[in-house]
Amino acid sequence: MLRIPCPCCGLRDETEFTYNGSAEAPRPTDPEDGAAAAAYVYFRANPRGWHAEYWHHAQGCRRWIKVIRHTVTHEIAASGWPDEDLPMPEAAPNTGKAGR
Amino acid sequence: MRYSVFSLARAALNGHKSWPQAWRDHALRDRYRVIVVGGGGHGLATAYYLAKNHNITDVLVLERGYIGGGNVGRNTTIIRSNYMLPANEPFYEHSLKLWEGLAQDLNFNMMVSQRGVLNLYHSDSQRDAFARRGNAMRLCGVDAELLDVDGVRKYAPLLDFDNARFPVQGGLLQPRGGTVRHDAVAWGYARAADRLGVHIAQTCEVTGLVIEGGRVAGVETPHGRILADKVGLAVAGNTSLVAQMAGIELPIETHLLTAFVSEGLKPFIDGVVTFGAGHFYLSQSDKGGLVFGGDLDGYNSYSQRGGLAEIDHVLTAGIAMVPAMSRVRMLRHWAGRMDMTMDGSPIICTTPVENLFLNGGWCYGGFKATPASGWCFAHTIAAGEPHPLNRDFTIERFRTGRVIDEKGAGPRPWLQ
Amino acid sequence: MSGFRASTGLFTDPRRPIGFRFDGHAYQGAAGDTLASALIANGVSLFGRSFKYHRPRGLLSLGSDEPNALVELRSGARTEPNSRAPMVELYEGLVARSQNRWPSLRFDVQAANQLAGPMLVAGFYYKTFMWPRSFWKSVYEPMIRRAAGLGRATLAPDPDTYEQAHLHTDVLVVGGGVAGLMAAASAAAAGARVVLAEETAHLGGRAPLDGEEIDGAAAQTWVDAIAAQLAADDKVRVLTRTTVAGLYDHGVARAIERVADHLAEPPAGQPRQRAWTIRAEAIVVAAGGHERPLVFPDNDRPGVMLASAARSLLTGYGVAVGRHCVIATTNDDAYLTAYRLVDAGVEVAAILDARPEPGPEAARAAAIGLRVLPGTAPAGVVGSKSVRAVDALELASGGGERIACDALLVSGGWTPAVHLTTHLGRAPVWSDTLAAFVPDLPKDGPIFVAGTAAGTLALSDCMTEGRRAGLDAAARAGVSGTAPPRPPAKALEGAPPVALWQVPARGKAFVDFQNDVTAKDLALAQRENYASIEHTKRYTTLGMATDQGKTSAVNAIGIVAGLRGVSPAEVGTTTFRPPYTPVAVATFAGHAVGKHHAPTRRSGLHDWHARHGATFVEAGQWLRPQIYGKPGESMFDATMREVRQVRSAVGLCDVSTLGKIDLFGPDAATFLNLLYANAFAKLPVGKVRYGLMLREDGHVFDDGTVSRLAEDRFFITTTTANAGPVLAHMEYAHEVLWPELDVAMCTATEQWCSIAVAGPKSREVLAKALPAFDVSADALPFMGVREGVQDGVATRVFRISFSGELAYEVAVPWGHGEALWTRLLAAGEPFGIIPYGTEALGVMRIEKGHPAGPELNGHTMAQDLGMARLMKTSGDFIGRAMAHHRAAHDPDRPVLVGLKPRQRDQRLRAGAHLLDPDAPKTLETSLGWVSSCQYSPECGHWIALGLLKGGRRDDGGVPRRVVAAYPLKNEWVDVLVVDPCFVDPDGSRLHA
Repeated sequence: MLRIPCPCCGLRDETEFTYNGSAEAPRPTDPEDGAAAAAYVYFRANPRGWHAEYWHHAQGCRRWIKVIRHTVTHEIAASGWPDEDLPMPEAAPNTGKAGR
Repeated sequence: MRYSVFSLARAALNGHKSWPQAWRDHALRDRYRVIVVGGGGHGLATAYYLAKNHNITDVLVLERGYIGGGNVGRNTTIIRSNYMLPANEPFYEHSLKLWEGLAQDLNFNMMVSQRGVLNLYHSDSQRDAFARRGNAMRLCGVDAELLDVDGVRKYAPLLDFDNARFPVQGGLLQPRGGTVRHDAVAWGYARAADRLGVHIAQTCEVTGLVIEGGRVAGVETPHGRILADKVGLAVAGNTSLVAQMAGIELPIETHLLTAFVSEGLKPFIDGVVTFGAGHFYLSQSDKGGLVFGGDLDGYNSYSQRGGLAEIDHVLTAGIAMVPAMSRVRMLRHWAGRMDMTMDGSPIICTTPVENLFLNGGWCYGGFKATPASGWCFAHTIAAGEPHPLNRDFTIERFRTGRVIDEKGAGPRPWLQ
Repeated sequence: MSGFRASTGLFTDPRRPIGFRFDGHAYQGAAGDTLASALIANGVSLFGRSFKYHRPRGLLSLGSDEPNALVELRSGARTEPNSRAPMVELYEGLVARSQNRWPSLRFDVQAANQLAGPMLVAGFYYKTFMWPRSFWKSVYEPMIRRAAGLGRATLAPDPDTYEQAHLHTDVLVVGGGVAGLMAAASAAAAGARVVLAEETAHLGGRAPLDGEEIDGAAAQTWVDAIAAQLAADDKVRVLTRTTVAGLYDHGVARAIERVADHLAEPPAGQPRQRAWTIRAEAIVVAAGGHERPLVFPDNDRPGVMLASAARSLLTGYGVAVGRHCVIATTNDDAYLTAYRLVDAGVEVAAILDARPEPGPEAARAAAIGLRVLPGTAPAGVVGSKSVRAVDALELASGGGERIACDALLVSGGWTPAVHLTTHLGRAPVWSDTLAAFVPDLPKDGPIFVAGTAAGTLALSDCMTEGRRAGLDAAARAGVSGTAPPRPPAKALEGAPPVALWQVPARGKAFVDFQNDVTAKDLALAQRENYASIEHTKRYTTLGMATDQGKTSAVNAIGIVAGLRGVSPAEVGTTTFRPPYTPVAVATFAGHAVGKHHAPTRRSGLHDWHARHGATFVEAGQWLRPQIYGKPGESMFDATMREVRQVRSAVGLCDVSTLGKIDLFGPDAATFLNLLYANAFAKLPVGKVRYGLMLREDGHVFDDGTVSRLAEDRFFITTTTANAGPVLAHMEYAHEVLWPELDVAMCTATEQWCSIAVAGPKSREVLAKALPAFDVSADALPFMGVREGVQDGVATRVFRISFSGELAYEVAVPWGHGEALWTRLLAAGEPFGIIPYGTEALGVMRIEKGHPAGPELNGHTMAQDLGMARLMKTSGDFIGRAMAHHRAAHDPDRPVLVGLKPRQRDQRLRAGAHLLDPDAPKTLETSLGWVSSCQYSPECGHWIALGLLKGGRRDDGGVPRRVVAAYPLKNEWVDVLVVDPCFVDPDGSRLHA
C-alpha cells in the first residue's frame, strides 16, 4: 500500500488514487507528426530508479498530481501539481539490495 | 544418465551417489557463436532449440543470478493457447503442442498437467467476446468449448452460483490448457541444452554489450569480455535496462504481478479457473497448494514485492469466485516483474543493431510461451530473420501503430 | 514420551477442566491450555503423519513455527485443516482430528511409502512417470494428486464474518516479549503513540517461561506491571492474539487479530478475525526467534522436542513432557530447560553438549548433580512412535553410549525471526559471532529491531535494545523524549554456542520435518548442481511447507555450506515472503463477500422497475431493466413486444445510468475541440451534437452527446461503462495537457434522472406531460435541447434518438425521477405507452446501425466505424496524430457493416467470424467478426453488425457474400453484407 502525498489533501492511501503512467515525456505539439505521436504513445524510458509519474486523486480531491517515486524502493521523493518542475533526486535511496 | 524409473531404482541401490550434475559449470571460452543473455525459461529454451533445431551448439547462456530465478520460477504455472488474434493464436498453440511432448523431448518430467483452463463470463457481451475468441481458436484447429452455466457447474462445482454479486453465466473452456511445474521447465531445458554442448554460466552478469560499427560483437561481464557472432537478449523483467545498453528504447513498462499459494490441501479444484468479473485465477498444484493471482499492482516497479492494496483486491475476488476459499490459509505471496508492452503482446525480433536479437515484452503471459518463444527466438537468431510464427512480434509495430492488442486496452499496461 | 500434568503453569488453571476430543477420544485439559499442552498432559505423543513418508510425528515446538503437530480443527463448515496444535487455545467442546493418515493415526497404510523411501528422494518425480506418455494423465498424476496435500478444506459456506480495520500510529512494536514491552513502554514514555502486537494470548514472551528474574522478582511480575502501565496509557493500544503478517511500503503493516479463534464460535456481532491495516511512522521488530532442532538420524520421532518447548510446557502449562529426559544442545539456553525440569522433579538423565568445553552453565548443572557429557551429540533414538533411549555420540572419538529416556529435548541454537525486516527487500546478513542471519537495516529506521530478532539472547541485552529501539522509533516518528532506564536483569555470562549443522551419523536425518526433507536430499541437490540455495529449496521442497522453513532453513543453509565448503554467508538465505504465518483468505476480504463483493448501483427508478416486473441485468455496477416481462412471456417475446410497441406507438426507457458531466467556463468550447474528434466550437446554444472521443493512440475511446446549454456551459453524456474513465480523462486533459484553459467540470451522473421517450407518439406524450415546454417540430427540432421548469422542477428536454424513432430524453433531478416517469406513463396511456428495457434498446440500436460497446471495443478507429468524415481536419485533438498515422491507412482494416442471413430463417450469433466462402476456413483468412446481433421484428429476420475487411463491396448491385462461422456450435451461415442501417435509412422518422 503506497501512501501518496497529495499536494491538496496530504498523505493518503494508494487506494484513493488511480495511476496514469509516466510524466517524463511531454505530449508532442504537432498533430501532423505521426512518428512523434507513436513515440510518445508507445515508447518509455522505464527507469529502474526515480520516475516522474501522474496519479489522479480520483477518490479525493480529484486533482491530477505529479509524483517522483523510486521504482525499486517505492520511496516518494516529491509530489506536486502536473506543471510543477519537481527535482529528481540524484542518488538512489539507501535501501540495500532491494528488488534482488 | 537418462532419467527413468529404472535409472532411479538403480541409483537407489547406491544411495543416489551416481547422479551426474543436471547441468555443468564450465570454464568460459573467449568466444562463442551465440551468447544468450538471460538464463530464464526463454533463454534456456532458446539455447536448447539453437542446438537441437539449428545444430548451433557453440552457445553460452549467461545468467546474473541462478537459472530460472526470474519469472519462470515465480509465475502461476498456467499453460493455454486461448487467444483471439491471428498474430497470437498460432504461436501459443505451437507452444502448447511443444508442452505436450516436452517431458519426453527433454527427458525431464515437468508435470505438464492438462486439466483445462476455464474463463468465466458474466454477461452477454462478455460471452460474445469469448465466443469470438473460442471461434478463433477452433478456426486454428484448437480445442475450445463454450459452456453455459450448467456446464460450468459440472466442471467447477465450487464456484459461487447462488449468491454472487456478478452471477456466472458460462465460460470458455480449453480442455488442453493446464499447469506445469514451473521450476522444472528451466531445469529441464538447462539439462537438455547442457547435454547438447551448451554452456551455462550462473552468477555472471552482463554489464555491457560490445557494439562495433552498428554490429554486436560480444558482451562485457565482471569476468571480462566474451565475444560472440550473435547475441540474443532474453531478460524479461529487465529488458528495458539491457536494451538500453544497445541504445534501444522499448515500448515496455515494468510492472508487478503478485502470485499466491495456499497451504497444501487434499484435492480442492481440478483445472484452472479465471474470474470474469474481476481479476482472479485459481488452480491447484500437484503438491496440493492452491495457486492464484490477479491483476497488476498498477504502477511501474522493479521491486518484486507486491503491494497490500492489490493483495486485498485479489483475495477479495478469490472469495467472490470460490467462497470455499474463505477459511483456506494463504501461505505466501510474491511478485514478479512484468515486461508490459503497450499492446499486451510480446516482442521476438531483430534489432537496429546487427546480430543483436531481442526477446521480451511477455507481459504476464511469458510462462506458457516458453517453448514456442525459445523455438522462434532460436530460429530468429540462427536465420537472422523471424520465424513465420513470430513475424508480427516486432518493435516496429509500435512505430506504425499496427499493434496486436487482444483486449483493446490501448497503451496503458495497468489496464491490460 | 509420556507427558503428564506436573503442576500449575503460568497460563493454566487445572481447577477449571475443559473437555475436548482428538481423533474421537475424549480428553480433559485445563483452562489456559493449548491443544498441544492438553494432549501432552494426557500422555498423547503422536500428533500426525508426515507429508511424503507418513512417518509418525509428535510435537516439536510450542509456537507458530510448529512443523509436525498439524491437525484438522473444528468440524463442518468451520473445519480448519493444518491448524498448529500449540497455537490452538483450548475451549470446551473443541474437536480435532489428525491428518494425512488412513485408516488411523497409529496405523497408517501409506507409511508403506517408507519402504519405497530409497526411491522417493528429492526430485524423484522429475526423473520418472514419463513412460508410457499416456499414463501421466490417466495413472501417475491422479495418484500424485491424491497423495498430495495435508488437510482437507471444507467446501461449505463459511458461517463466520471477518473485518478490515485501520490504525494510525507513531510506533508499531511487533512482539510482546521483554524487548517489545521495553520498546513500547519507552516509546510511550517518550510521548509517542504506540501499537503493540503480540502473536499469542500472553505478553512477556520467553522470559517468564524461562523462569528469569527482572528487578529481583519473577519476570512475570515485571511483565504484569508493564502490561498494566501500557493498558492505562491512552496513547497505547495493545493487541494480543495478533500476528503482524507483513510489512509493506511506506510504513504500512498488515496484522491479523484472531478475535474469536480461542472460542467455540465468535460471539454475536463479532468477527472471527480482523485484518488491521496499521500505518506507522516507525516500526520496532521484536519478534523473537525460533529454536533450531538438531539434525541426526530419526530426529523426527515423537518424543524428540525442542528444549524451549519442553520448558514452556512446564512453566507455562504445568505439563512435563516425560519422566526421564535427555537434553542435547549446542548452547547455554537448553540448560534452562534442565533447571526447570529439575525444579519440577523430572529426571534429567544427561545433558549432551556438543561443545567440547561447555563453560560455566555446564559447571552449574554439574554442581546440582546433573550429568553433562561435553563434546557429545545424539546419533539416533530408539523407538518409532515414542522415544525409549538415545544414542549419545562423542563427536571427537566416535564412541558413545545408549541412554534410556522417554523424551529427548534438543537445541541447535536460536534463529532470529528476521522475516518482517526483510519484507521490504533487505536480505539478512550472516553473523559469524552469533552464528545466525541477522537483520541488515539502516540505522535511522524506519524499521528498528530489538532482542532475539536481532540475534540477542541475554535478557538484560534484550531489554536494553528494546528501550533503545523504542526511543529511536519515537524519534523517527518525530517524538523526542526520554524513558526510564531498564530494570536490572540477568546478563550473558555463558560460553558461545557452537554450530553443529548435522551430527555425523548414518540414517534418515530430517531437516524439514513437514516436507520430509533429509540431509541426504540436500546432498543430492548439491551433487546434481542444484547448488544455489534457491535451487536447493525448490528441488528438495525444503522450507516450502506451512511453516515456511522457520525451524529448518538455517540448518539447511549450514549443511549446504558444509557440503560446498563455504561460509553460510556465501550460501545466503532464500527470500522471506509475507505472511509471517498463513492467514485465512477471508481475513483479507473483510466484509466484501457475496453480494457485497462490489457496490450495487441502482437508478432512482429502480424500485418502480422492480415493482413492475423488470428483469435486471448487470451493467458494470449498475442494475438496469433488461425487459419488463409479462407472466409466461419469454425474454425473446417480451423484447419483440417492447420493440414493436416503441416503433408503432411509444415507449419509455430509464437511461439514468449513462454518464453525465457538466462542463463550464469561457474556454469550454475550445476544450471540447481538443477533447473530441469532431468540432464543437460552432455548436449553437440549444443544440446537441454526437461526440466521438479518441484515445491518444487514435482508437475510439467513447461516444455520447454534447449539449450546449449556454455559451460557456455544456452538458456531456458518456456510455454507462465509461462514465468514470471519461471524467478522469477530461480532468487529465485539463490539468495535465491544457491547464491554461479556463474550464471546470464535474460529474452529474447521479444528479439527473434521464428518461428516453421514443416512438411516433412521443411528441404527443411530451406535449401532454410537459406543458411548460414547446416540443413542436419547429420549436424543438432534431438535436435540440431546452431547459425549463415544469411544476417547479428543473427539467431538460433533449430531442435525441438512439432507437431511430422520433424520440426525446427528459431529465429531472434524481429524486424527481419517479414523479416524471409516472407522469409520462399517465400521459402516454391513451397511446399505449410501455416501459422498455435494454434488450429492446439493443435491438433498435442494431436496427439503426449505431455502434455501441461491442463495436467500441478498443480495436476500432473512427474510419472503421464510418465516421472518418466526423474528424476535424485542422487543429489538434486527442488522438488526431495517431488516427492518421500509418496503420490507420491500412486498406484491410475491418469496417462496420450490416449483415443478414441469406436464408431469412437462419439465426446469426455475435462472436462468429466472417470468412470468404471460397477461402480455407482458418483464422489467418478470417475477414472479421460479428459484433452485435439480434432478431429484428421490423425486418422479420436476424440482423447483425460486424467488422469486415473490405466492408460492403456491392458487386453490380449484388451484395457481397460471406460466411458467418461459429465453429463452437458448428454453425456456418451464409450472410449478405449490407448497409448497417436496417431501419429508416433516410432518417425520416427521426426528423418527423
